[in-house]
Amino acid sequence: MEILMIFVAGIIISVSVYLVLSKSLIRIIIGTTLLSHGVHLMLLTMGGLKKGALPIETEGIKNYVDPLPQALILTAIVIAFAVTAFFLVLAFRSYKELGTDNLEEMKEVPKDE
Amino acid sequence: MSLMHIMVLLPLIFAVIIPIFYRFYKKIHLGWFVLPIPIIIFSYFMSYINVPDSDKPFIVIWEFMPRLGMNFAVHLDGLSLLFASLISGIGALVVLYSITYLSKNESLGNFYCYLLMFMGAMLGVVLSDNLLMLYLFWELTSISSFLLIGYWRHKKSSIYGAQKSLLITVFGGLMLLGGFISLSIAGNSWSITSLIQNAETIQKSPLFILAMVLVLIGAMTKSAQFPFHIWLPDAMEAPTPVSAYLHSATMVKAGIYLVARTTPIFAINGGFVWTVTAIGLVTLFWASFNAVKQQDLKGILAFSTISQLGMIMSMLGIGAVSYHYTGEESQLFLASIIAAVFHLINHATFKGALFMITGTIDHEVGTRDIKKLGGLMTIMPISCTFTIIAALSMAGVPPFNGFLSKELFLTAMFDSHKAGVFNLSTLGFLLPVIAVVGSIFTFVYSFKYVHEIFFGEYKADQLPKKPHEAPKLMLLPTGILISLVVIFGLFPNILSNSIIAPAVRAIAPYAESPEVHISFWHGITPALMGTLIVFIVGFVLFKSVSKWIKVYAYQPEYLTFNYYYDRGIYLSSYISNKITQSYMTGFIRSYLMYIFSFFIIMTALTIFTHPVSIAFDHISEIRPYEVILMGLILVSTFCIVLAKSRLFSIIMLAAVGYSVALFFVLFGAPDLALTQLSIETISTALFLLCFFHLPKMNRHDEDRKFKIGNFLIAICVGISVITIGLIAYGNRHFDSISKYYIDNVYDLAAGKNMVNVILVDFRGFDTLFESAVLGIAGLGIYTLIKLRDNNKNGGNENEETIE
Repeated sequence: MEILMIFVAGIIISVSVYLVLSKSLIRIIIGTTLLSHGVHLMLLTMGGLKKGALPIETEGIKNYVDPLPQALILTAIVIAFAVTAFFLVLAFRSYKELGTDNLEEMKEVPKDE
Repeated sequence: MSLMHIMVLLPLIFAVIIPIFYRFYKKIHLGWFVLPIPIIIFSYFMSYINVPDSDKPFIVIWEFMPRLGMNFAVHLDGLSLLFASLISGIGALVVLYSITYLSKNESLGNFYCYLLMFMGAMLGVVLSDNLLMLYLFWELTSISSFLLIGYWRHKKSSIYGAQKSLLITVFGGLMLLGGFISLSIAGNSWSITSLIQNAETIQKSPLFILAMVLVLIGAMTKSAQFPFHIWLPDAMEAPTPVSAYLHSATMVKAGIYLVARTTPIFAINGGFVWTVTAIGLVTLFWASFNAVKQQDLKGILAFSTISQLGMIMSMLGIGAVSYHYTGEESQLFLASIIAAVFHLINHATFKGALFMITGTIDHEVGTRDIKKLGGLMTIMPISCTFTIIAALSMAGVPPFNGFLSKELFLTAMFDSHKAGVFNLSTLGFLLPVIAVVGSIFTFVYSFKYVHEIFFGEYKADQLPKKPHEAPKLMLLPTGILISLVVIFGLFPNILSNSIIAPAVRAIAPYAESPEVHISFWHGITPALMGTLIVFIVGFVLFKSVSKWIKVYAYQPEYLTFNYYYDRGIYLSSYISNKITQSYMTGFIRSYLMYIFSFFIIMTALTIFTHPVSIAFDHISEIRPYEVILMGLILVSTFCIVLAKSRLFSIIMLAAVGYSVALFFVLFGAPDLALTQLSIETISTALFLLCFFHLPKMNRHDEDRKFKIGNFLIAICVGISVITIGLIAYGNRHFDSISKYYIDNVYDLAAGKNMVNVILVDFRGFDTLFESAVLGIAGLGIYTLIKLRDNNKNGGNENEETIE
């Protein structure tokens, strides 16, 4: 199970890298979002996918799923969301200001009129 | 802290005070206020003149940075005393000279601040017993010299000269620091005195050669020795008092001081003897040869200084041979050290005087170009007399002091073959030949110098000013130096026991007490023959100089060291510019490529260079739900890449996000699933909102090559991630620490939801700053949307308004 998950996470990361390397701003943002998904899955997998009870204390159960990676992922999700939201607005603003979403055209500092 | 420390620091303290003083008091020339400082220092050091004679070096230590071993230890022996009196004595004369040379319109505050800084630094160099302090003062001389050369900073040539001298001397200075560090490691001390006492330990150390080479590079760059001499002629852009002080009498002798100081340590090595001697002689020859072709008076003097420094250097080299002998033979080579010390003093006197005369001529006539000068003898009779004495002394003509030291020099060179070490007896015959040839050219340029200024045709129409004799105040310091030239020439032995002998003892502590007796007439020796050859050939060459001066034209430009220096400076900036431009493309994609490639290469290297073992003991079984979900995720992921429409790719992204939430459900993470679901919904909404305004999905004509490059990198990153994941998962060394959380979640934190308790209780700080991140992102989005540059509407560029 874990091996399969590692492969899935790896493929997601691989695809996100491909997207991040492209010229279009939209694809790059999609790439970063996808990257965070891949990383979260990887985190979860590394904590071990063993069967156990939900991490909520219940009488008589000793075997729980590891709660620590879940707490880490929860933090990571929120941060990734904050960054994605900021990126999106930044992309929106830069498109309005620069008139392009092509990274190759963004190289030069825009001249003041 | 003692009076001696105060004397070293006095110029530095006044370097701070003087410019302040200058701001408020402008009526009297600032030089008058500076003048007492070197005089005080000079008289202070003169009071020690008989102390070093008792063979007990005088050391006072002021703990400065004791843990680093960096103590301000002042060490006064014969050598230091000689240099300290040169520095303060000539310093006083130069200050006196500068009072008339520099008008009140110049920025005198700067000038005297730099000059005092230099004086203090130079005193520090020659009096420091601590290597680190010596290095500190050494670099301070480079910096103050840089400031003084660039004193007229509106001139391009000043800036060029200052930069060149700084680059070369600081290069040498850094080498020197390396040499000092190796020395201190080898001898386990920072103190020069104890290093000399432990010389044998250092000589056995494997760091010995390294230390020697580095120290020599430092000394050679500072003393303008071949091939580092190129900075000195360009340093002539400095005001003439500076050239007289720094670039003839003091700073350029710092390297000589260093070689002399380290002679007791390094003299055992044949490389030291040969390097110092050979470089000295090559410098002597090359610079005196080049001095003849110079058109600028200061240019002649610069090359002459280089050549005389080479001469002193070569004498020190031969003198080091005395280390290997005792008794009479030792005295034979010790004579070479005596000659070096004697010539050091002589050179300071006549070269200082010559520079001052040059400055006077520049000041009174307005040019230093020998083509325009001539026939000034009747107009400037006193200057003419002074010049003739100084130039004859430089040429080595009796009865002036230059003759005596030149005789001693030739004697030392002729005697060098008597040494039975380091092949001096076989190869040594070359030394006197080069020495004589160098001296011939010295003779030629000295005569030419006098001839071009004072004799020949008077070209009144070419001179910018109407020449007249210099003011008395300007002639006074020159006159003092000239009288010293004559006095040392006629009565050389007044120096021998008070100054020269202690200095020689400091350079060669291993030798028995040297007998310093300088006399005019040694009988008919090879040196005298050499001198006769110098006079005869020199005179013939001088008379026919207009015929053979053409030979200099044959030296192509690309064979000069200046050419290589300039090319080197140009190329280093050109190449570094090219290199930077080649990888700093300005495209974010390139930088991402570098980052990803580095990641891939590092992963590959680590994996291939380390044994990898993967053992899967804790694998859970594969269940159908998860496999289906994986398929779903992969399909939607690939759909994003292939999507042509932006809406489709957003929906596919959302599909990935919801599938991840489902994974969280399947793997027992209800909180994660909740958060993921809600956040995925919000971000999809945001994406849609933003994409409404963004243009249609455009691939911007990504060609096949572009895609293949990205594809390869993406695949490699994926493989790396998967490999790392597999290896990490397959090599578990410790159990999870989660056991503690699971056991104590209710007892310690009074909660049953473990994830929530970890978030707000066990690891609450993470959550605090995660909220901060969210808050900052919110603020950032607000400012991005609300604040904007309204200069498009003709408003102020810096003013931002909230709409």
